[in-house]
Amino acid sequence: MRVTFPHMGNLYIPLKAMLQYLGVDVVVPPLSSKKTLTLGVKHGPEFACMPLKLNLGNFMEARELGADTIIMAGGCGPCRFGYYAQIENAILKDIAYEMQLIVLEPPEKHISELLVKIKRIAGQRSWWQVIQAIRFGYKKARAVDEVEMAAFQARPRELVAGATDAAYHEALALIDGASSLSELEFARENAGQIMAGVARDHNRPVLKIGVIGEIYTLLEPFSNQGLERHLGLLGALVDRSIYLSEWINDHLFLGLIKGLRSSKEACAAAAPYLRHFVGGHGQETVGSAVNYARAGYDGLIQVFPFTCMPEIVARSVLPDVGADYSIPLLTLIMDEHSGEAGMVTRLEAFMDLLAQRKESREACR
Amino acid sequence: MKGYLGIDVGSVSTNLVFLNEGGIIREAIYLRTQGQPIATVQKGLKELADRLPSTVKVRGAGATGSGRHLTGVIVGADAVKNEITAHAVAASLLVPGVRTILEIGGQDSKIIILRNGVVADFAMNTVCAAGTGSFLDQQAARLNIPIESFGEIALQAESPVRIAGRCAVFAESDMIHKQQMGCGLPDILAGLCEALVRNYLNNTGKGKEILPPVVFQGGVAANVGMIKAFEKALGLPVQVPSYFDVMGAVGAALLAREAVARSGISRFKGFGVADTGFKAGSFECSGCANLCEVVEITEQENIIARWGDRCGKWSGAIGKEEKIS
Repeated sequence: MRVTFPHMGNLYIPLKAMLQYLGVDVVVPPLSSKKTLTLGVKHGPEFACMPLKLNLGNFMEARELGADTIIMAGGCGPCRFGYYAQIENAILKDIAYEMQLIVLEPPEKHISELLVKIKRIAGQRSWWQVIQAIRFGYKKARAVDEVEMAAFQARPRELVAGATDAAYHEALALIDGASSLSELEFARENAGQIMAGVARDHNRPVLKIGVIGEIYTLLEPFSNQGLERHLGLLGALVDRSIYLSEWINDHLFLGLIKGLRSSKEACAAAAPYLRHFVGGHGQETVGSAVNYARAGYDGLIQVFPFTCMPEIVARSVLPDVGADYSIPLLTLIMDEHSGEAGMVTRLEAFMDLLAQRKESREACR
Repeated sequence: MKGYLGIDVGSVSTNLVFLNEGGIIREAIYLRTQGQPIATVQKGLKELADRLPSTVKVRGAGATGSGRHLTGVIVGADAVKNEITAHAVAASLLVPGVRTILEIGGQDSKIIILRNGVVADFAMNTVCAAGTGSFLDQQAARLNIPIESFGEIALQAESPVRIAGRCAVFAESDMIHKQQMGCGLPDILAGLCEALVRNYLNNTGKGKEILPPVVFQGGVAANVGMIKAFEKALGLPVQVPSYFDVMGAVGAALLAREAVARSGISRFKGFGVADTGFKAGSFECSGCANLCEVVEITEQENIIARWGDRCGKWSGAIGKEEKIS
């Protein structure tokens, strides 16, 4: 059994770590690229959202590298994603790329449901080892998120163009390479030092932007045309409404680990505007917008794939949040036809808008 | 005479303006880009140099439009800004107190909402170019009327026909249908203007609060039929500034003035740029599966800029100057 899984940003680092800890033979698909998208667009239904197309491309590229089994997340609810594992499997069958499918449905009541599923993949390993593997994977996810947050801090203030990107990749590689808990602890410290070593101009004015929206397009830089990197280079201090480890804790551990920002908080903050689950992260998007506005952010950017229903609901609610808290909002919708130049023009204009607003407000004070 | 140069390189037109130090427009040139941005900018600079007195001193230069980065490295611009900011700055100068800017250019349309002199919101058309200048151009050519008299003819309409303006292709078939039915040309042209305005307000302008004073600019603002259609749909007077077709360039010049006021010194390379040999080439990077198309600009055998790579491998390889955009 050679196992593969779809990409979603840096998810491959903790997931690979967990599976390898259990002795599973893992094939990580090549990072999502234009080739991945081209494959997915060719074989996927046109009106499915971009994540399906990229998933499909990932599986096909992994199969070319010898993978024969797919681990894919499931789900239930208004968002179509819950059905993608089955659709993708059917498409792969049609084009003679048949692979075995293991669907990880998110646990509904208790983390033990997740353990049972992972045990099935792990085979002969003991329960203790399964728990250790999950712990190892989760710690990697935390370490990866820390590096990413450090990159968000450094990028708008870097003195040498490209220094943050270089440090970011170096730090990620270190974490990816750690194969035990003690190695990971060492790698984490080193990665922190590498990120701290990016020379920066602390006096440079920055604008704080909260990036909110659908999880896949938030976490996978290929799908959002490197949105956060562009924003950083334009001088924005970015924060994202959801990080990998938060998502794992919310949806797989059902909030077992305390002290992390949780989707429950976001949903509570959304209450004056949207009191109902609308699928995906629609409710969290609205709540995060409220939280960022309260925290004094200068602007918000919502991102989601074309045809994403939960985010369309959120989008129709967000102008009210924007008006109540007087915070500008830009929505970017991603699909395979989106051009990078068009996005950058909008980002530049949005940054100018925020800078002017800030200037005129400070002048009024 | 001293002043500032603004260049707007768009998909259809390339515009250059020269503002004197008081912000008064002294010269304005409107050229067709015709897919050759470098040659067109050089031609425009040559023309501008001929028109201005030889004692002229350029204190700063700004570039905007979809060709802004290219223009920026060629002329040595002090400000390289997106067209939304440039248009807003220009309209604020020429129409003080403006609260809504409708802008329709060759292949894009924008709406900019200003409040208290500051941009509060904006939108650009996304996937569809129906209702932009190129479509009007094309239909004028098909009907065999010069684009310049399109608006005049539309004004003669007695009862504009209703045309489906959602999509340029369907609008065209609908127009042909109305022609075959025997509707008059003025009524069809006026109907087309109304359809485009409807499309603009429903897409680009969706959800935006349009308050007066309303300014209409961009190449399409030359069309009086469109102005009338906007006034009818909005129920508000619509102003067209006298330099409506070069507003982007005016904005770029104003932004250059601001930038030079901060930096103290201009990077402008001088009008001699018109005779310098520039070459733009491109190659496909094979570093990863993204196969980025990297563009390389050379000035007399020296590589002065590269872009188009997602990862920064090529654009970062040449000594990057401090960020100006």
